[in-house]
Amino acid sequence: MALLEVNNLALSFAGLHVIKELDFSIEEGSIASLIGPNGAGKTSVFNCLTGFYKPTAGDIVFNGKSITRRKPHKITRQGMARTFQNLRLFKSMTVLENVMSGMHCRSSAGPVGAIFRTGFQQKEEATINEFSETCLDFVGLLGAKDRVASNLAYGDQRRVEWARALATQPKLLLLDEPAAGLNHDEKQQLIELINRIRDQLNITIFLIEHDMGLVMKVSEKITVIDYGEKIAQGNAEEIQSNPKVIEAYLGKEEDETA
Amino acid sequence: MVNPTNTPSTGISGQDNPGGLSGWLYPQKNRMFILMTLAVIAMLIPLVSNNYGLEVMTNVWFYVMLCLGLNIVVGYAGLLDLGYAAFFAVGAYTTGILTSQFGVNFWLTIPVAVCVSACAGLIIGGPTLRLRSDYLAIVTLGFGEIVRIIARNLEITGGASGLIGIERPTIFGFQLNQIIHFYYVFLILAILACFVSYRLQHSRLGRAWQYVREDEDAAEAMGINRVAVKLYAYVIGAIFGGVAGCFFAAKMTAISPETFMFQQSVLILLGVVLGGMGKIPGVIIGAFALVLFPEVFRGLGSMRMLVFAVVMLIIMLYRPEGIWPAKKS
Amino acid sequence: MSIQDILLQQLANGLILGSFYALVALGYTMVYGIIKLLNFAHGDLYMLGSFVGFIILSFLSTYIGDGWAGILCSMVLSMIAVGLLGVLIQRIAYVPMLSAPRLSILITALAVSMVLYNGVMALTDGQYLAFPTDLSYEGFDLGNVFITNTQIILVGASFILMIVLYLFVHKTLYGKAMRAIAIDQDACRLMGINVNKIIALTFFIGTSLAAAAGIMAGTYYGSIHFFMGFVIGLKAFTAAVIGGIGSIPGAMLGGLLLGLLESFGTQIPFIGTEWKDVFSFSILILLLVFKPTGILGKTEIERM
Repeated sequence: MALLEVNNLALSFAGLHVIKELDFSIEEGSIASLIGPNGAGKTSVFNCLTGFYKPTAGDIVFNGKSITRRKPHKITRQGMARTFQNLRLFKSMTVLENVMSGMHCRSSAGPVGAIFRTGFQQKEEATINEFSETCLDFVGLLGAKDRVASNLAYGDQRRVEWARALATQPKLLLLDEPAAGLNHDEKQQLIELINRIRDQLNITIFLIEHDMGLVMKVSEKITVIDYGEKIAQGNAEEIQSNPKVIEAYLGKEEDETA
Repeated sequence: MVNPTNTPSTGISGQDNPGGLSGWLYPQKNRMFILMTLAVIAMLIPLVSNNYGLEVMTNVWFYVMLCLGLNIVVGYAGLLDLGYAAFFAVGAYTTGILTSQFGVNFWLTIPVAVCVSACAGLIIGGPTLRLRSDYLAIVTLGFGEIVRIIARNLEITGGASGLIGIERPTIFGFQLNQIIHFYYVFLILAILACFVSYRLQHSRLGRAWQYVREDEDAAEAMGINRVAVKLYAYVIGAIFGGVAGCFFAAKMTAISPETFMFQQSVLILLGVVLGGMGKIPGVIIGAFALVLFPEVFRGLGSMRMLVFAVVMLIIMLYRPEGIWPAKKS
Repeated sequence: MSIQDILLQQLANGLILGSFYALVALGYTMVYGIIKLLNFAHGDLYMLGSFVGFIILSFLSTYIGDGWAGILCSMVLSMIAVGLLGVLIQRIAYVPMLSAPRLSILITALAVSMVLYNGVMALTDGQYLAFPTDLSYEGFDLGNVFITNTQIILVGASFILMIVLYLFVHKTLYGKAMRAIAIDQDACRLMGINVNKIIALTFFIGTSLAAAAGIMAGTYYGSIHFFMGFVIGLKAFTAAVIGGIGSIPGAMLGGLLLGLLESFGTQIPFIGTEWKDVFSFSILILLLVFKPTGILGKTEIERM
């Protein structure tokens, strides 16, 4: 059974159709990608999936339950985590505190626990600390845990975001342009990290990316959209040879030769 | 890259240690020493002070509690509340009405006031906390005015002249009626408020407030229910104000709606901003400044609030983090 | 008095109250529309407008009298003076804060408001001042209802100001620039629009409209007070929200609507004058919760 199933998804802002009748699904344990030219509506798809936008129509089924129009924090709780295209770290907080935010939805101590430091609360705090450090260790940033997030190099800040998303203990991880702004070495590390997340942690991955080399290398299934519509779907070779995709990216052939 | 000097026992682990004064202030050992010294000094003040001094200092502890309560809303959760005096009023009137008109024991009115102010917080916060921050500021302002106008127009609240003859509390048959008694009552309240604030700040909820304050969308994406988290801050802040109001009513034995004007809310906010939003020692310093400044500069007369306002403006423009030094580099 | 008389009387009261609200609401809405700042000091600038008008009028009355000519002159001068003060406040207090967190800029605006009203309070010792006008009590007698010329002239004047503003915003190049900046500031900069100048102009116009309303209120009520800006600031903000914040016709409509609602509201049993403010603040709160875009405001993209 597919982990994520999107049926007839549509989104429009004031008459402008950003997404039109989009269907796709993601198998559990796979690495899938969503690509398309600039402004094709990729991030809007992410925002619909994670609840930041309310889709105009359609249905999103995640892990057997419909999550259409649910609030973002509830969707995260159900096991879908995301990163942002432009870094959205809690800038003035430490790296560890940033990652701890992911554990919020997996813990429950309230004000009474906090004031009286009950046994339950202390145990929970220890778990939060420990698991967050594990996540940081996984992305190789444990050494920087006490540094203020905004003081880190750009590539490291990206990794904090991944650790933070991993701390929510997701089943599905959505990465919005994970390679943007990374240099060649960092991209290689990213590919390795994506594979490790899937293989070792058994987390399904769905990513938006512009770097075609990276997309072709990691993804098992690629969905291509243009103007909010699905124009192709398949594995790397199928996509690379699909005339519609070539047209969307490069323009029509007449324009090429003209 | 590695910074190994952190104390795993505290909720937040370690910080980049800046040098100078703030560097010396943060190690756990020094901090405990300072706190104990300050507490002892505060306990001993009545031995050396006259009644006027005690009156002023009691007022300081009272404002420490109010400012710490508002600090949870403004400093921790980042919500601008311009009607905080309303919660203070709710607490004061609950105690006032129950003791003077129904003869209820003062101590029994406290849990009632906690419930009533928490409910008031829920009623006003529930629907409005999802609004943009500037709308929220206006809504809270309007709410503060509504509470005051209601107090002025209802019969049970004594109308414009307010309530008189509020019972002084007794404890183990001993009646609290001297200023020195109230000095210790408010000192204990202030210490409790500090303790509760500290524990909350360094907890899962405290971190959630900071996440929401820094980036609401990212916090939401991390699975944090921002409305619930804000509501917690709002309601806890309301309870602080309510409890402070109970004891205020008991100390004054008379309350009137004019105590809870918009200016009162602004004054409490000023205390929070002056010392440094979100920082307990900063807020305490702010409350001190709030009460001591007009006493020291009595000669200023009606210029007093103007000077306050100018100071607040200068602080916002040149040192928005407040008087107290910032924690992290 | 028959029911028609009461309604007519309240209509007249509501119109005049509403036109004050509308003028003040315009400043809120213009500033909010262009830089998304809720200018807490706006109500105090209205108050200041009436005090500056008071000073100018006291001075002018020996030369041109304290009739309509004097009021008009002092109104124009006060609008210019307070308008410039509005620009000064924007330059000193708001420009450095534009990139700061929202909370900081709101508190700064609040501090500006406190400086203004506490300043006037210190200068006037918190006293009410009698607005030095000498206007006749002539007017139209409609049976049991009496409408003074003053009321008609003030409502007329505010409508003229609003029409001029509307034409300015929609028919001139400056107005076009204002509307463009409200949509996309960066794009305007790229197009070579002097954004800072236009923002300053917006502050000037918004503030001077509030000052005009302040003088009209002084003329109408006959006395002024340092705290007069607080409640009207709140009410005018309500009006701006009713109409849809950011929308100029919305502010006009919202102001008139709130004025009428209030004056008719006082006639409803159990609401009476002492509950008037509770009535309008409740409208504000309910509106912000259920329809924050108001009547004419654009619906923002629905985000959760």
